[in-house]
Amino acid sequence: MLFRGVSFALRSGGALQITGANGTGKSSLLRIIAGLSRPFGGVIEREGGIGLVDERPALDPEWPLARALAFWRAIDPGPSPDMAMLGLAGLLDVPFRYLSTGQRKRAAMARLIGQDAAIWLLDEPLNGLDTAAARMVETLTANHCARGGIAVVASHQPFALPGMTHLPLADFAA
Amino acid sequence: MIRLLALLLRRDLARLLGAGQGGGALLPILFFLAVAMIFPFAVGPDTALLARTGGGVIWVAALLAAILPLDRLVQPDLERGMFDQWALRGIAEEWVMAARVISHWISFGPPLMLAAVPAAALLGLSADNLRIVELGLLAGTPGLAALGVAIAAITAGLRGGAALAGLLLIPLGVPLLIFGAGSLSAGGASGLALTGAVSLVLLAVAPFAGGAAIRASRD
Repeated sequence: MLFRGVSFALRSGGALQITGANGTGKSSLLRIIAGLSRPFGGVIEREGGIGLVDERPALDPEWPLARALAFWRAIDPGPSPDMAMLGLAGLLDVPFRYLSTGQRKRAAMARLIGQDAAIWLLDEPLNGLDTAAARMVETLTANHCARGGIAVVASHQPFALPGMTHLPLADFAA
Repeated sequence: MIRLLALLLRRDLARLLGAGQGGGALLPILFFLAVAMIFPFAVGPDTALLARTGGGVIWVAALLAAILPLDRLVQPDLERGMFDQWALRGIAEEWVMAARVISHWISFGPPLMLAAVPAAALLGLSADNLRIVELGLLAGTPGLAALGVAIAAITAGLRGGAALAGLLLIPLGVPLLIFGAGSLSAGGASGLALTGAVSLVLLAVAPFAGGAAIRASRD
C-alpha cells in the first residue's frame, strides 16, 4: 500500500497539484481517480469525462503526427487543437516516433484538447518540455479551468496555476 | 457503435497490413510457404507420400505461422496506452478485441488461403484435396485468428510473453488442427463442419477473454 487517508474535493474550475517525491504514488493516485485502477479501500465520485496525459501518449509511432492524431479526432467530439500554439504545426508530416520527448508531450496535449473532457489528469506534464512549452501547458490548463474544467496535476515540479491547491502525498504515506 | 467499430477496424488494418512495419502481414505467409517448401526436402520426393501427408503439413504450417503475428496484436497498444485511453472514453475492451479479431483474420486468413495454392503445388496435392484444404482453412482460420488475439491479450503484459503465447497457441489450436486436417481423410467431410464449430466457439469467446485479460493487466 502506498498511501492512506487521502481525501479531497474539487469543484468546477478547481485545480489540484499532487506533489511528492518519486515513488510516493502520484501516478497511482491519478489512475485511481481515472478509474483505471481500483483503490484498496475508499470511493471516488466524479462527474464529467476524464482526460489523461501520462508518459504514454497513445499515438501510433509509425504514423505521421497528423494521422496519429486524426485517429482520436475521429473518436473525440472536441474542438480542433491549435497546432501552431502547441508548436506542432511544422511536425504534422513527421512520423510520431521521430518526435522528441517534449514534442510527444505536446502532441498528447493536442489529443487531450480534442477530447474535450471536463476533468484533466496530467501526470508529470512538464517532463521534457522547455520553459516556453511548460508555460504554454500551464496556460492551457489555466484556460481549461477558467472554462469550468477541473485539473489534477501530479508533478514533483512547480506547476504555476492560479488558485491551485496542493496535496503533498508523502503526508499520507502508509 | 458501428462508426466506432469501423474506426477501430481501419486503424487495425492499416497497422496489421501496413508495409515497412517489421514485414507486416507478409512474414507469416512467407514462413508458411517456407515450411511447405522444406518438407519435401526432409522426407524426399516420394510423390505418393507427399500427396498423402501434404494436407496435414499445410495445417501444421498454418498453425505455426499463426504464432508469428501474436506479439504485434495487443502488446504494442498496451505499451502505447491505447487501451487506457479507450477505457476513459467508455469504449469497452470487448469491442476493441472484436475489431482486432476481424482485422487480424483479414490480414492473416485470406493471404494464407492464397498461399495454400502454391504450397499445395509444392506438396503435390490433388485438386480435390486442395479444395478441401481451402474450405478447411476458410472454416478454421477465423477461429485461429480469434484464439491468437485472445492469447495475445492474455500474454501481453507478461515478461517473455511472446514465447509463452506461441506455447499456448499450439495446444489450444490442436482441435482446429485435428478437425481441419482430419477433413482430408476418407469420410472426413464432417471434419469441415467441426472445424467451423470450433471456430465459432473461439470467435464467441475471444473478445470476452481478451477484454477481461486487458482489464486484469491494469491491476
